[in-house]
This record gives sequence, C-alpha cells and structure tokens, in this order.
Amino acid sequence: MHGLTWAMRTLVLGALVCTSSAFAATPAELLAGYTAKAGSAAQAARGQEFFTSKHGKDWSCSSCHSATPTVQGKHASAGKTISPLAPAFNPDRFTDSAKTEKWFRRNCNDVVGRECSASEKADVLAWLMTLK
Amino acid sequence: MKNRPLARMGCAQAAIKKIAIYGVTLAAYWLPAVGVHADSGGARVPLLPSYSQECSACHVAYPAGFLPAASWQRVMAGLGKHYGTDASLDEASVREISGWLKANAGTYKRVSEEPPENRITRSAWFLRKHREGEVPAHVWKRASVGSPANCAACHANADKGNFNEHEVRIPK
Repeated sequence: MHGLTWAMRTLVLGALVCTSSAFAATPAELLAGYTAKAGSAAQAARGQEFFTSKHGKDWSCSSCHSATPTVQGKHASAGKTISPLAPAFNPDRFTDSAKTEKWFRRNCNDVVGRECSASEKADVLAWLMTLK
Repeated sequence: MKNRPLARMGCAQAAIKKIAIYGVTLAAYWLPAVGVHADSGGARVPLLPSYSQECSACHVAYPAGFLPAASWQRVMAGLGKHYGTDASLDEASVREISGWLKANAGTYKRVSEEPPENRITRSAWFLRKHREGEVPAHVWKRASVGSPANCAACHANADKGNFNEHEVRIPK
C-alpha cells in the first residue's frame, strides 16, 4: 500500500512537472524549430533590418524594445518598462515556446499587420542571439 | 459585500460599518462624503495569477474593482484590439480571467457607472480624484508620467493594489 502511494505520488509529481514544463525550451531550440519550418537558414542581418524597420504601420519592434534590445525598452503606449529581449541579457527570454509564439503573434500584428512567417521569426531570433 | 475600490479599509470602513449597525439615517448623507474624501486603498482582492501575469506584462494589473462587470466583459471580448495593440489571449485564459473579473468587478455605486471606452481613466470617480486642482494638466504630460494609465508613476505600490493617496509621490 505504502509502495503504491509512493508510485502514485511520483506519477502525479511527474505529470505536474511535465505539464508546467511542456513549453520549456532554449533560444537555440526555438531557432532550430523556426529554421526547420522556414526551410532555409536564418539570417541575423535580415533579422536586425526587420526588427528596426517600420512595416507600413506606426511602430517597429524597436519602438518598444529599443533598437538595441540588450537594454530595457519602454512600451510605446502604456509606458511600462520592458526587460531586455536579447537572451544574453535576460535569461528568461525565449525559454517558453507558447509565450514566444503568443508575443510574436500579437506584436507582428501590431507592427506588420499580420502574423510573422517562420523565416522572419528565425531571422529576428538569430539576430537577438548574436547580441552579447 | 460590495466591491468598493474607493473607500479605505481602515477608519472609513469601520465608520460605515458602525453606521450600518446603528441604522442611522444620516448614512445616506455620510456615504457620498466618505467616497469623496476616502482613499482608494480599497477592499483589496488578491490578484488571480493569470490576470496578474498576462495583464501586467504591459501595464499595471488594474484592480478588478475599478470597472463594473459589463465594462470588463467588453474589454475581455475585444483583446485583439486593446487600446491600439493586439493583446489577444488563448481561449482558456480569456475564460479564466473573464470569470474572475466578473466575480470581482466593482459594484459600488460610483464604479457601477460604465465609463466611455471602458476606460478606468474616464470614470467619474477617477476624473474627480485627479481633477485639475489635484493633478494639473502639465503633470500628465511629463515623460515620467506619460499616460493617466500609468498609475505606478505616482502610486508606487499600484501593482499591489495600493492607491492610498497619502503615499502618492508625483514625479518631476
């Protein structure tokens, strides 16, 4: 009985850990995923260009994240401080695939007026990963 | 109990309770006066973790009691176009946060009025508390303030639901 309880506890704990870390990732893993989906190698320089340019709307990515996102940014309308986006300067960045996808979806809609392609995401992430 | 963000938990609420207990008819005159002078420390509701996490990614997690349920419902139904930005969320999060907001929305008389554009900052109580004599127009324009939505510029503990007016520090 005691053994069974332990087995069940272990199972439950395992399930909890798995649930909470189902989207855990590293920036390199996310980049590999986007690159595979894009079907071509990511280009950091193209990512920087994409990040710092406007795409027919009011804001660029750098409007809130700053053109060099190794430092804090500031939300263009809400004014709230945004922690650095470059993973080397903020270890929390690009460690959760669901969170990464959520923000790409929202922010690409604000900046580009549509979702970003896998290739665009790969380029931007590749550039952010070069910032040390 | 009604969700009242405008009355302080301390003496103001104790006073209201006493009045209620003794059934003094004077209460009808007294309550609005409390609303005017009392602070918005409020009956603080612990924030739902997903509400805090999702909403405070961009702005202070505004207390649920600052808007009536109908206003929150419209905010949550329109997250794709949220005051100029896409704040869309997955369905499960929308459902969870909407339910919590509905349960904790403001029901106190002053908050039950639905403000234009579902904006807290256009509520009658907000405008009165931040009227020209209290917060001059030029203060709002300071870079350190930026927007009336930036509660934390002056209410340092806004993120903890503390809007006590004695702790207000207006930045230069």
